[in-house]
Amino acid sequence: MSLKIVVLAKQVPDTRNVGPDAMTPEGTVNRSALPAIFNPEDLNALEQALRLKDQFPGTTVNVITMGPGRAAEVIREAMFRGADGGYLLTDRAFAGADTLATSYALATAIQHACPDVDLIIGGRQAIDGDTAQVGPQVAEKLGLNQITYTEEILSLQDGKITVKRHIDGGVETVESSLPCVLTVNGSAAPCRPRNVKRVMKFKRCLAPMELPQGTDYADLPYASEYEKKPYLKIGQLTCADINADLQQCGLAGSPTKVKNVENIVFKAKESKVLTGSDEDINALVQELLASHTIG
Amino acid sequence: MNSVYVYCELEGTKVAEVSQELLTKGRKLANTLGVKLEAVAAGSGITGKVEDQIIPYGVDKLHIFDAEGLSPYTTKPHTAVLVNLFKQEQPQICLMGADVVGRDLGPRVSSALHSGLTADCTSLEIGPHDDKKLGKHYDSLLYQIRPAFGGNIVATIVNPENRPQMATVRSGVMKAEILDPDYKGEVIIEDVAKFVPETEYVTKVLDRHVEAAKNNLKGAPIVVAGGYGVGSKEGFDQLYELAKVLHAEVGASRAAVDAGFCDHDLQIGQTGVTVRPKVYIACGISGAIQHVAGMKESGIIISINNDENAPINQIADYVINGTVEEVVPKLIRYYKQNSK
Repeated sequence: MSLKIVVLAKQVPDTRNVGPDAMTPEGTVNRSALPAIFNPEDLNALEQALRLKDQFPGTTVNVITMGPGRAAEVIREAMFRGADGGYLLTDRAFAGADTLATSYALATAIQHACPDVDLIIGGRQAIDGDTAQVGPQVAEKLGLNQITYTEEILSLQDGKITVKRHIDGGVETVESSLPCVLTVNGSAAPCRPRNVKRVMKFKRCLAPMELPQGTDYADLPYASEYEKKPYLKIGQLTCADINADLQQCGLAGSPTKVKNVENIVFKAKESKVLTGSDEDINALVQELLASHTIG
Repeated sequence: MNSVYVYCELEGTKVAEVSQELLTKGRKLANTLGVKLEAVAAGSGITGKVEDQIIPYGVDKLHIFDAEGLSPYTTKPHTAVLVNLFKQEQPQICLMGADVVGRDLGPRVSSALHSGLTADCTSLEIGPHDDKKLGKHYDSLLYQIRPAFGGNIVATIVNPENRPQMATVRSGVMKAEILDPDYKGEVIIEDVAKFVPETEYVTKVLDRHVEAAKNNLKGAPIVVAGGYGVGSKEGFDQLYELAKVLHAEVGASRAAVDAGFCDHDLQIGQTGVTVRPKVYIACGISGAIQHVAGMKESGIIISINNDENAPINQIADYVINGTVEEVVPKLIRYYKQNSK
């Protein structure tokens, strides 16, 4: 048995290193001002896909990511770790999308590029939004069942998948028929590292959007390689390629609007400043005990 | 006028605290709008057992869906309940808990109805909105307020055109308050088969373990919380020791959880637990909005930090300039000495 698996991955700004120019005046994220990384839980998702590929030879794992040209980095990284290839979903029309417009674009791309998919796996949520909405919304748009908060795939046979998932205060084992959508928790197995041979093989992979403007693969220094090895060309899909309805894409297709954004400045309290010296700590403990704050 | 709805989450026949918190908030929103508050409860064997846990919060109409396949929760049947009920009733607002169930169900419902959904709101208000581009004015929209972007900013989100306006809220963010123990609300026992076709029961739950929460962070009078500045798993052992002598609970910031210093259950903040203790001791926590959102209503805040400019010091009553490693053992020592 071989499977067709799609992994949904996102390149995210590293929210741990945010500067003052991180937001545009319109209240959307200024992605160019931040280091971009592979969304951590999408790596957990990729690992689950690659484990199925190990288990069922002939399985294909394709990554779909939506973003600007540089988001193709996510697809390359996934290929270095074991994915077969992927598609960069890129178009100006997708800009400013909320989760609903994003899931519309992703679902439409899956229908176009991988209509006979068996399993769609993504991270539970992305660190730039923390919404956990795109996975379930893609599932709904494709009319598929979903299993969120996946910890581990326990078995897959006879068109059925059994999954251990996290629930509030515990765990649950559930069974669903295929095809379905899984979202994977950060506590699931970490992703395997890059494979050196695969890095050598795929390091020159490029999406058309990554080429300097007005150039083609034929203009690149290693042009002949791209001719001999078509897998070096990362698939790219625009709004028109997938026949997406413009009214459902990007800002136009987003029911939620950002009304305003504030950088919160804490209202300063009158605080008592102490050092870590024995005298200060002793005095503090005595004060708190005297006022029955502690003890 | 179209009602405010709250989806009530159930564990067996017990209504989740987060749902009662949302009913309390929902009642206030409904009052502001001058509309009814309605609630939905879906489970099995719940009729006669959940009404008293829901209506006293000021619920005017409770829709009960009672059928075998609705417990435990699975995605598609509960989605069908809400989607088909909402198509019929056209609510203007729908609130649900931002826990595993709400975060599984909310996006699914919002996608089916093409309505906007905002996750993990920390505040909900009603207010006007002007869309300058379209030149349109809206009198009373739901302001869905949440820290965004790793907690570096606070965003107000609105859904001008699509209904219902949907939001999820974490447990502990709102306060549950019974409005009137004898509140008169209508109970409607819905015909489940009309809402949920047989074909929707597609997930089989093979096994399920739910344990009572391991910690009592939400109700603890004193919280000792550690951040990235604690430095290691071993560093957290010190916090546990301090918590033990103070009869406190240990919590953590997201940075400490992400760094693997402690368990995910301990996370305090927008995407974790919200606490309101009498005393909050922040050890090596810088104080991103994300974290502050979950503890700012603490009585007395003590910040131990070797960075004098840590944002959390701004809201602290006591700032101790020093490392966690140095200060925490001293707190333990002097507490033991002085409390005798």
